[in-house]
Amino acid sequence: MLQYIVRRILIAIPVLFGVTVLNFFIINLAPGNPVDMMVNPSATPEQLAMQKHELGLDQPVWAQYWHWLTQLFQGNLGFSYSTREPVTQILVAHIGPTLLLMGVSLIVGYLIAIPLGIICARKQNSWIDYLVTGFSFFGISVPHFFLGLGVIYVFASKLLLFPTGSMNTLGGDGGLIDTISHLVLPVAVLATGIAGNMVRYVRSSMLDVLGKDYLRTAKAKGLSQFIVTNKHALRNSLIPIITVIGIDIPMLIGGAIVTEQVFQWPGLGLLTIQSITSRDYSTLMAINLLAAVTVLFANLLTDILYAVADPRIRYD
Amino acid sequence: MGELLKVDRMKTEFQTEKGPVTSVDEVSFDLKEGETICLVGESGCGKSVTSLSIMHLLDRNGSITHGSVLFEGKDLAHASEAAMRKIRGNDISMIFQEPMTSLNPVLTIGDQLTEGIRLHMKYSKSEARKYAIEMLKKVGIPRAEGIVDEYPHKLSGGMRQRVMIAMALSCRPKLLIADEPTTALDVTIQAQILKLMKELREESNTAIILITHDLGVVAEMADKVAVMYAGQVVEETDVYTLFDNPKHPYTLGLMKSIPHITNPDDMRLDSIPGSVPSVFNMPKGCRFYDRCPFAMERCQNEKPELKSIEDKQPHSIRCFLYEKEEQDYEQKHAEKEVSS
Amino acid sequence: MPVTEQRQPLLQVKNLKKYYPIRKGIISRTVGYVKAVDDVSFDIYPGETMGLVGESGCGKSTTGRSLVRLEDPTEGQVLFQGKNLANISQREMRKLRTDLQIIFQDPYSSLNPRKRIGDLLAEPLLAHKLATKKDADQKVNEILEIVGLPKQYKNRYPHQFSGGQRQRIGIARALMLRPKLIICDEPVSALDVSIQAQVLNLLKDLQKELNLTYVFIAHGLGAVKYISDRITVMYLGKVMELATTKEIFEHPKHPYTEILLNAYPIPNPHQRDREQIVVEGDVPSPANPPKGCVFHTRCPFAKDVCREKVPQLTGKDHLVACHFPLETVNV
Repeated sequence: MLQYIVRRILIAIPVLFGVTVLNFFIINLAPGNPVDMMVNPSATPEQLAMQKHELGLDQPVWAQYWHWLTQLFQGNLGFSYSTREPVTQILVAHIGPTLLLMGVSLIVGYLIAIPLGIICARKQNSWIDYLVTGFSFFGISVPHFFLGLGVIYVFASKLLLFPTGSMNTLGGDGGLIDTISHLVLPVAVLATGIAGNMVRYVRSSMLDVLGKDYLRTAKAKGLSQFIVTNKHALRNSLIPIITVIGIDIPMLIGGAIVTEQVFQWPGLGLLTIQSITSRDYSTLMAINLLAAVTVLFANLLTDILYAVADPRIRYD
Repeated sequence: MGELLKVDRMKTEFQTEKGPVTSVDEVSFDLKEGETICLVGESGCGKSVTSLSIMHLLDRNGSITHGSVLFEGKDLAHASEAAMRKIRGNDISMIFQEPMTSLNPVLTIGDQLTEGIRLHMKYSKSEARKYAIEMLKKVGIPRAEGIVDEYPHKLSGGMRQRVMIAMALSCRPKLLIADEPTTALDVTIQAQILKLMKELREESNTAIILITHDLGVVAEMADKVAVMYAGQVVEETDVYTLFDNPKHPYTLGLMKSIPHITNPDDMRLDSIPGSVPSVFNMPKGCRFYDRCPFAMERCQNEKPELKSIEDKQPHSIRCFLYEKEEQDYEQKHAEKEVSS
Repeated sequence: MPVTEQRQPLLQVKNLKKYYPIRKGIISRTVGYVKAVDDVSFDIYPGETMGLVGESGCGKSTTGRSLVRLEDPTEGQVLFQGKNLANISQREMRKLRTDLQIIFQDPYSSLNPRKRIGDLLAEPLLAHKLATKKDADQKVNEILEIVGLPKQYKNRYPHQFSGGQRQRIGIARALMLRPKLIICDEPVSALDVSIQAQVLNLLKDLQKELNLTYVFIAHGLGAVKYISDRITVMYLGKVMELATTKEIFEHPKHPYTEILLNAYPIPNPHQRDREQIVVEGDVPSPANPPKGCVFHTRCPFAKDVCREKVPQLTGKDHLVACHFPLETVNV
């Protein structure tokens, strides 16, 4: 098992390298450049050229990439083109809010989805099954910006129950209660989508397992329905659930770009949008790298969890 | 030997979108302590549904709608789920056809064995484990101490069926229902399992309902036999009478259509023409009517009843061909009652 | 059907081996082989039925599939009318395919559910350009009648048939091209007992009418005895014994054959207390077969030499691969 993990990590290195190459060149293919965004429109071409030279943007793309890569190996992600702050510092400032928002959303989403999925499977084709399936379609298909604006309109503007956005009250002294009240609406929006997706996988996976012979064996032993469902069936239906979790984890870092934008949540999603509009190449590259690492890590974690959930899966 | 189980005119129906479907209709048989009855028939004859009905293990849409299932005097047909849970795995236990899929793949053998032991026998965790190892040894599993911590996929089909038997017998049930326990196994392994079942039966005096389609297994294991066709028992008697003096045209057809290695070389198999009627379209009269070589006009519209005839052992048949014998039997027994 | 020595074999199997590599790791390096078929040889004569029997994992199905080139052998040859199937051209193989047909255990999974039976049956004729559309239709009618199905059924779809009827369709399809040899791979195992007899009788009658040659693969010895002229008993990819049906059943020479015959429950309750040798243990894995005689781990008569030396298949008409064949006098 350990050998397998080491091997997977070694394979990850060339993959990451490929990801950075692709990203770097694609970003450079995009029209515009940081200098155009940063200087005032009346600057002379000489001034622009000076700026470009200063930032190394007048060099060929491959040279720029090489420079970025060698700096990366020294642990330096560079400086933001727009704010001139070190990228590392910017990332650290934005990662916390995103982890908080997404972590809470995923947990809330799963806490709703898993029991509901089990109930739906147990009571297939009942009114509760139809209701939950309907909710799940709603959660998957309603765009986040729409739902986000909707809840802001109803709960923030009309009912004045929650703030409209940001993570803390401006000028306030913060505190846990303040953060929680800011969390409620964006979490509600994100958890709806996450739960809507997960509930379908739990339901179908459970339905599949509930028809299995070994559940009849378990019942024939005189076990209660509760134990049959939650001990015998649930563990067997975990594989598809783990797969979905593995797909969800990268969201922890990537954040929900649209939702963060709608709620002005100061996380990585918001940072991504800002970096794109200001052509802040160095920040974008760092975000991409972080996202790639998370995806690879999530995949590895998924594979390890498979083996934990199902003793028939062995990596050796 | 006291009476253990009496199934009387049991009817099992499934609620479907097309309306109720009768899967088992008028199944009657009885069983004494330590006795083995074989339910024989082809797929769809209702033999598995019969056993699942007794255990209340049918899918949600299926249930017993008529008749009674008396187990030690209690009627299981109307027992509550809570009452059934106390009986399942404790007084009545079951083994199934597919050993490869009947054990939970993500739980260890020990986990699955001790569950029932702890539930019904109230053993502690360590006692249950010790007892589980003892049971595994009893059913001939080598390295029982090691196997108890293994997962089912490490075991062969034959070994898994042994584990199932250990699990079923661990709470010393009074009745074991074995649903085609050897059908999925190779012949040499089948011989091992049948031998094991015989030994354990002798030792524990457990009554067995053995469901099979193999007349060889019937001859090997049964005390008595109920032949089933299209959801009904068509003939019931003890095993020797059945093989020496089979009566029902379906039983006769079944016996002559099976190629067996002891058949003479040049014997041609008699095949039963046609196929089993569908549950959605049951014939009005005798259900074997359109495949029966002796079918008479009345068989098409009149429903034959399962009735006793005079024989060395109790013998009942559902067929109009034996109406005279059945009447003789009734008359004789009526006279007996009068004289006594 | 007695086998006469001077007849030319229709099909010859010579030292057939089929190994499946076991791959491991991300670069899938081969760490061993599953020896599904390991050095199997036999001849099949025109008009006879050769039964292949053995328990699961003995390689009988892989052997059968190799005979119609659904599997390419790892080593060895399959000669059909003297031609090696492995090195004939695509065109020749196409022609040979009309002579070699196979019937599967579950005909349903090999019938396209979206096609009508009539089209399914006509397909091979049209594909091999052996008939026009009209002729093919005529042929379909004939074949359906032969296998005992009303010709109106050709407008139905596979799911509208019962198991026994589907197997009749499977047989009909195999017969469409008027083959010389049909491999029957567990054709009755999935069927109910009363239906098995119908299909077995049909196969027997067709053989007589159309002068067919069968390789009949089954684990049920009863069916094999009923239909076969000669029987090959296999165990762990190897031939244990090969003889006429009568010889196999009356004078088995290999302990495995004896045990296999003995293990069958006899449908006669008066014989239930007979002496029975119940062989212990499971069939070993074909990925790691025992050294020497593959049966020695379960053989009640195994001696030291059995654990060391592989016994060769020897004999003239009654071949057996055993160091200590059973005395025929005692049985």
